Amino acid sequence: MSDTTQTGPVLAADGTPLKRSLRRALRAQKMRALALIAPLLIFVLVAFIAPIADMLFRSVENQIVGNTLPMTVEELRDWDGTEVPDEQVFRALFFDLFLAAEAKEHTKLGSRLNYEQSGISSLFRTSGRDVGDIGEVFQDALTEIDPAFDEARFWYDMMSGGAEAEGNERLLSNQIGRLEVLEATNFSGDVDFVPGAAISDILPNTARAYAVFAAFTHFVDEDVVAEEEPWEAVYAALAIDLEDPATRAALAGYDGPGADVLRRAADAPLPPVDMKAAFIDSNKDWQRVGFWKVIKTYSPPYTTGYFLNAVDMEKTAEGIALRSADQRIYGILFQRTMFMSLMITFSCILLGYPVAWIMANLPARKANLLMILVLLPFWTSLLVRTSAWKVMLQQQGVINDTLVWLGLVANESRLVMINNQFGTIVAMTHILLPFMILPMYSVMQTIPPSYLRAAKSLGATNWTAFWRVYFPQSVPGIGAGSILVFILAIGYYITPEIVGGTTGTFISNRIAYHISTSLNWGLAAALGSILLAVVLILYWAYDKIVGIDNVKLGG
Amino acid sequence: MADTGNNDAFVAFERVQKSYDGETLVVKDLNLTMPKGEFLTMLGPSGSGKTTCLMMLAGFETATHGEIKLDGVSINNIPPHKRGIGMVFQNYALFPHMTIAENLSFPLEVRKIGRSDREAKVRRALEMVEMGGFGGRRPAQLSGGQQQRVALARALVFEPELVLMDEPLGALDKQLREKMQFEITHLAHELGITTVYVTHDQTEALTMSDRVAVFNDGKIQQIAPPDELYESPQNSFVAQFIGENNTMEGTVKEIKDGLAVVQLDDGGLIDAKPVNVEKAGDRTLISIRPERVEFNCDRLRPGAHTLKAEVAEFIYMGDIFRTRLKVAGRDDFIIKTRNAPDQRRLQPGEQIEIGWLPEDCRALDAP
Ligand SMILES: Nc1ncnc2c1ncn2[C@@H]1O[C@H](COP(=O)(O)OP(=O)(O)O)[C@@H](O)[C@H]1O
Ligand SMILES: [Mg+2]
Repeated sequence: MSDTTQTGPVLAADGTPLKRSLRRALRAQKMRALALIAPLLIFVLVAFIAPIADMLFRSVENQIVGNTLPMTVEELRDWDGTEVPDEQVFRALFFDLFLAAEAKEHTKLGSRLNYEQSGISSLFRTSGRDVGDIGEVFQDALTEIDPAFDEARFWYDMMSGGAEAEGNERLLSNQIGRLEVLEATNFSGDVDFVPGAAISDILPNTARAYAVFAAFTHFVDEDVVAEEEPWEAVYAALAIDLEDPATRAALAGYDGPGADVLRRAADAPLPPVDMKAAFIDSNKDWQRVGFWKVIKTYSPPYTTGYFLNAVDMEKTAEGIALRSADQRIYGILFQRTMFMSLMITFSCILLGYPVAWIMANLPARKANLLMILVLLPFWTSLLVRTSAWKVMLQQQGVINDTLVWLGLVANESRLVMINNQFGTIVAMTHILLPFMILPMYSVMQTIPPSYLRAAKSLGATNWTAFWRVYFPQSVPGIGAGSILVFILAIGYYITPEIVGGTTGTFISNRIAYHISTSLNWGLAAALGSILLAVVLILYWAYDKIVGIDNVKLGG
Repeated sequence: MADTGNNDAFVAFERVQKSYDGETLVVKDLNLTMPKGEFLTMLGPSGSGKTTCLMMLAGFETATHGEIKLDGVSINNIPPHKRGIGMVFQNYALFPHMTIAENLSFPLEVRKIGRSDREAKVRRALEMVEMGGFGGRRPAQLSGGQQQRVALARALVFEPELVLMDEPLGALDKQLREKMQFEITHLAHELGITTVYVTHDQTEALTMSDRVAVFNDGKIQQIAPPDELYESPQNSFVAQFIGENNTMEGTVKEIKDGLAVVQLDDGGLIDAKPVNVEKAGDRTLISIRPERVEFNCDRLRPGAHTLKAEVAEFIYMGDIFRTRLKVAGRDDFIIKTRNAPDQRRLQPGEQIEIGWLPEDCRALDAP
């Protein structure tokens, strides 16, 4: 070569490095290709990747407890879990539950925690109804002391600390943020109220309760804050603040709006604040340590609880443990799903192999006819095909009738072939058979007949030639068909639902139940994720053992 | 053509017919015998029934009529795997999921030959085709030529007495093909195997065979040793199929003293050796090999036939010169001359005289 002395990069005709001009030339091509596949790419991302990501997220997501009971969760952090929590926790619970009840979010939390501990749902429902009554005690007492406490305007002026007072913007935005999380929306705009900095130092609980009340009134109820009488929770908060001797001292030097009224209220006898007693009075389940443990266990934003549930385990005070025997269902269901999918795959291989073989060895025209017959089921509704099996297999069905007529089975002992595993396996084998035949056929088609002839010319009998020469070469087709059928079977829903009865249902039927009936989407997502993981593991194992290169869907 | 009734025939086709569809005969009345150790090639255009004959012999197709005998015994009802005939396929048909050694060991395994014996035979067979070090490889890891050798070794490893090969070199390039042609004939003769070889390549047929059977339209047109086939084609098909050929059409005027006087269609009269014309008035095709035409007419012995010609084109082909001439009203008359130091290169437009010996000019049936 002439340029052996040249050591630098190879240059194109115009002097730019060859690599760069090649890259530039290829980039245009790549962009065009990308633009062509963009619609599909976006579709796949939106319709396939995103739902899977969402499912994986839902299976561990557990923000509802922290979002609904933020202060309670905070107070429970140091709770040792041995006895019923103290008054501080119940006070936090009161304010959290009050807001949640106003926002009508407390029942959702109740349903969520009910998955983990039945009975919690009613606990939240009754107490959510009762929080108003609990706070009303203090409203009545305070109004007794001074009727001004009944006036919306009085409260507004008192809590804003007057027109010129310095405002505590942080407190307000914190409470708006709390509301945003609870309502799962974003609020923008001015509340028309800012808690006074001085008054919120003196009456911290009241200021916080009033601020969230103000935010709720403005954003959710869309009313004017200054014209609305505060919630009972605000009165309770004031009662709590006034209990504190430090508050009285601080009030002595305060001269903002309502200072006199506040001083009078601080000196007057108020009913003692005992939220613990009040809640237990509302529902005595509040003194069950177990319930509190569930709340504490499920307070972090992410949880393994759904997954534990999906594998028949639960979190207990002693750690993770197997559920009691009568509560274990998913292990059995997973096992059954795997076993039945294997049976279906196996029957598909047995029935499909000869058909594929015949198709591959017939002249093209007859093979096409046979192919149409194989594909014919696809042109009928899945529901119709499954229901047809019901007609065939039921006790008064075609097959039983024929057997009885032939005298093979006595009329009173007709075979049970439907609403059990047998029915599911038969119907699903029928439905999934084409998915086995097609890859087998396309692989067999590529095996030249000369291999069999060669084997026979070398002295092999028909069987030896088939078994040692033809069969090994058709294994990739069996592999592809098996993976396809198994993966389809493991997630099948409609057929087991219709013909499976109670013993022939799959894990997917349980998933559907949790999605549409029990509404426990987290558990459904966890079960779905496990199913996905099982499939991926099997795929990986198959790749290790057989090699995925050996899977051929076509020539 | 028919050489039936030969008692020491090793392979014999007797009045064999074959039809696939019940309407047309793909093989029409085939009679053929082969002595032991012969290398016979079936040569013919594609679709002439060569493969069908081979498949009937191997047992993969049944003859519609007639009998096929091996060593005097009819094998019509013996299944292929009991015939003990080695076979090399066009695409080699090496089992892709087995190593080379396993491929070779396969026919021995099905014959229940012991392990150590098997290994020795496999090794010997591989060494025979110079593939000794390749036993552990898969067929896909070998080149076309190497696969070809392995296929040959596999067909020979169980020591069959008859080997069939169906266009085994079709997929190889020219050089490799020539090398393998030589090796196959060499091996076949060395081992004393009877071989039936199918090809559509006439050079291959001529260089390799003891005898060549030319097939066309389901019939053997001529069966003869290569030199005889080339020099004395028995009909116009064989003459045109084998080698290059100058033809002129005409009518026989008379036949006397072993020579036919032929009136060419453009008016000229020439003498030719009658091959399959019988009487005056028969239409005939005159055939002359290009290399038998001389344009230095004084080199020919007296009695040679001469004609006037005009050079149309001169083609340099390395070892030979190919000159196209206008003769007797046609412009596709070819002559070939050796590229010798004293050889004259004819110029287009030049007027020359060409001639040939009457015995090189053959009067065949008109197609
Ligand atoms: N399996 C078959 N079915 C029907 N016709 C066939 C079959 N095999 C060959 N033929 C026909 O028989 C004729 C001879 O074919 P073949 O023996 O393969 O010729 P060759 O080997 O000389 O090219 C062809 O016309 C071909 O179309
Ligand atoms: Mg052929």
